Amino acid sequence: MALLLLLILPLMGAALLGITGAHRRAPEVNAAFSLGTLLAACGLAVRVIRHGDLLLGREQFFIDPFNVFLVTLTAFVGLTTALFSRPYMRIELDHGRLTPGKLRLYHSMYQLFMFTMLLALTTNNMGLMWVAMEGATLSTVLLVTLYRTPASLEAGWKYFILCGVGIAQALFGTVLLYVAAEKVLGSQGVTALLWTHLDAVKSQLEPTVLALAFVFLLVGYGTKVGLVPLHNWLPDAHAEGPTPISAVLSGLLLNVALYTVVRSKVLVEGSVHSQLPSRLLMGFGLVSVVVAALLLWRQRDIKRLFAYSSIEHMGIATFAFGMGGPIANFAALLHMTVHSLTKSSIFFTAGHAAQNAGTQAMDRIRGLITLSPTVGWGLMLGSLAILGVPPFGVFTSEFLILTTAMRTQPWATPILLAALAVAFAAIFSKVQPMVFGETTGRPLPHAPALLPVFTHLAIVLLLGLYIPHYLADWYRAAAHLIGG
Amino acid sequence: MTHLPLYQQLLDSCAALLLLLSFAMLSQRRVVALVNLYAVQGAVLAATTLLLAWRTGQDHLYVSAALTLALKVMLLPWLLHRLIRRLQVHRDTEPLLNVSGTMLVGLVIVVFAFSLAQPITRLASTATRSAIGIALAVVLLAFLMMITRRKAVSQVMGFLSMENGVLFGAMSASYGMPMIVELGMALDVLVAVLVLGVFFFQIRERFDSLDLHHLESLKEHQ
Repeated sequence: MALLLLLILPLMGAALLGITGAHRRAPEVNAAFSLGTLLAACGLAVRVIRHGDLLLGREQFFIDPFNVFLVTLTAFVGLTTALFSRPYMRIELDHGRLTPGKLRLYHSMYQLFMFTMLLALTTNNMGLMWVAMEGATLSTVLLVTLYRTPASLEAGWKYFILCGVGIAQALFGTVLLYVAAEKVLGSQGVTALLWTHLDAVKSQLEPTVLALAFVFLLVGYGTKVGLVPLHNWLPDAHAEGPTPISAVLSGLLLNVALYTVVRSKVLVEGSVHSQLPSRLLMGFGLVSVVVAALLLWRQRDIKRLFAYSSIEHMGIATFAFGMGGPIANFAALLHMTVHSLTKSSIFFTAGHAAQNAGTQAMDRIRGLITLSPTVGWGLMLGSLAILGVPPFGVFTSEFLILTTAMRTQPWATPILLAALAVAFAAIFSKVQPMVFGETTGRPLPHAPALLPVFTHLAIVLLLGLYIPHYLADWYRAAAHLIGG
Repeated sequence: MTHLPLYQQLLDSCAALLLLLSFAMLSQRRVVALVNLYAVQGAVLAATTLLLAWRTGQDHLYVSAALTLALKVMLLPWLLHRLIRRLQVHRDTEPLLNVSGTMLVGLVIVVFAFSLAQPITRLASTATRSAIGIALAVVLLAFLMMITRRKAVSQVMGFLSMENGVLFGAMSASYGMPMIVELGMALDVLVAVLVLGVFFFQIRERFDSLDLHHLESLKEHQ
């Protein structure tokens, strides 16, 4: 029931907002649907905590600790972003960058995007998962181009083509998986793509084919995670789309894509009995961290800066999943959570900062703290949190990852540490003058909704100081599930 | 010479035809002809599926064949032709690599695809398993086409042809995917083309052309 609501609500929201869309109260309706989705997600989480894994809808849906925590996170950030976007999009409307018609498209597609992500997370069918991931791209392409500027069209085109090619590779990987599975599970194809069935027989699957399938799946879904060298679409799409979309792309879509990679890894690792999947993940992760940290220096656009920071953090999480083992998996899951919360709150403040200054160019954003103290402090605290300053949660997860790396992969530790230091210097030196100093901007016509920002940061702080035991149990159960 | 049954010969010729069509698309610069080649590719795919359905007696393959016929031979080419007429794109500009160069790279790709497909071919038990290499080659050739073309429409044709290749791979390695997945794929492809249609008009409205060199300003130094 909770699952049904979880999937039906955003879909209904998309239809309703698409039909009645230009209505004055559309932002509130959007937030209400997101709230409903969050309640359904919480209901689902409670059921999983009480009764363990769930198999629903003729085994087409599978809920375990690993995905239910991501479902809750997705629904939560979906709600806060909807709250944030109310005043933000009104200001954009006032500035004449949007029309009511475009706002209608935005609200409708926002709900559809939520639906595709929740479907990708909850489905048990690797094929449906692929369909949902492709749907997530398609529902956001027109949002990236919402402003119709040349740069946003270019970003949208890149996003569509690169993710389209990526997702075609992932489809080929899925086909290969099916070919291998069909040998073991019988040829009528009813169960051969269901993750639970594949997981049960993974040791009997043909290793060479699965290794090949994993390469295709990793390249395909990895494009969406933004792993270097497949990351080209990411900074453009984040920088040129409207800010609420940057926040959900960075905070949620990347997580969902990483989730699909990890699900595939669990299957392949059980079959190939070699280090190949972990090595590939570690390699891609480390390269992403290093390249993103170096590219951070060259950024001049505030949203591009934090987009590269997302690549870096996804790299860290990918690396941790590559190392495997209970602690690294635990840390990676925690990192996904805190990154998602912190990064979306940063995008919220960065969006308002850009509205204040009338530009996204960082050298023209100055003195936020005098102009709007909440935006200024929000950006400063968010940046410190994402840079891994204690006592924020990012510190905890990065610390766990680094100490595990020291024990199991000592060669990687200095590289990671150096990259983190470079990233710290790059981001801090750019954020500091934006927050302090003389201001040139003008105040905003509508009061920004900054409650989401501080709620997110408070949770991140809390996770850094103390992880409630049921949450820790939850992460542990998920980490155990991923194994490795 | 071993004597093959008729349906086997037919299936093999379909596979060969698909590969030829891929090369034809790779060398074709007129956009309208490209769409026609895509439609023919869809027809060959539908014929293969039909043949397999008749041969193996699996009902879902008939549905799949009908879906391919409706979507890839009729609906999508019709939409694309309409789009091309409305936008008035006819020829692609000089590709990044000239035709003979592209063909040579294509040949290397085919050899590579066949060697990559070896382990899958050994595993599969279908009558069409020798065609898996061809499916992989079609995918990679479409990829090559996307890299070397500059017009937005040609890149999309590459994307669609890639999807054909994957579907053909699924057919030849395991007689298709479960129905729900195939329906989902068809829906995604259809939506993709519709989204692209909207997108093309946006690009046109902004730049007055569909040449992608307008879309090259977002480099690292802005």
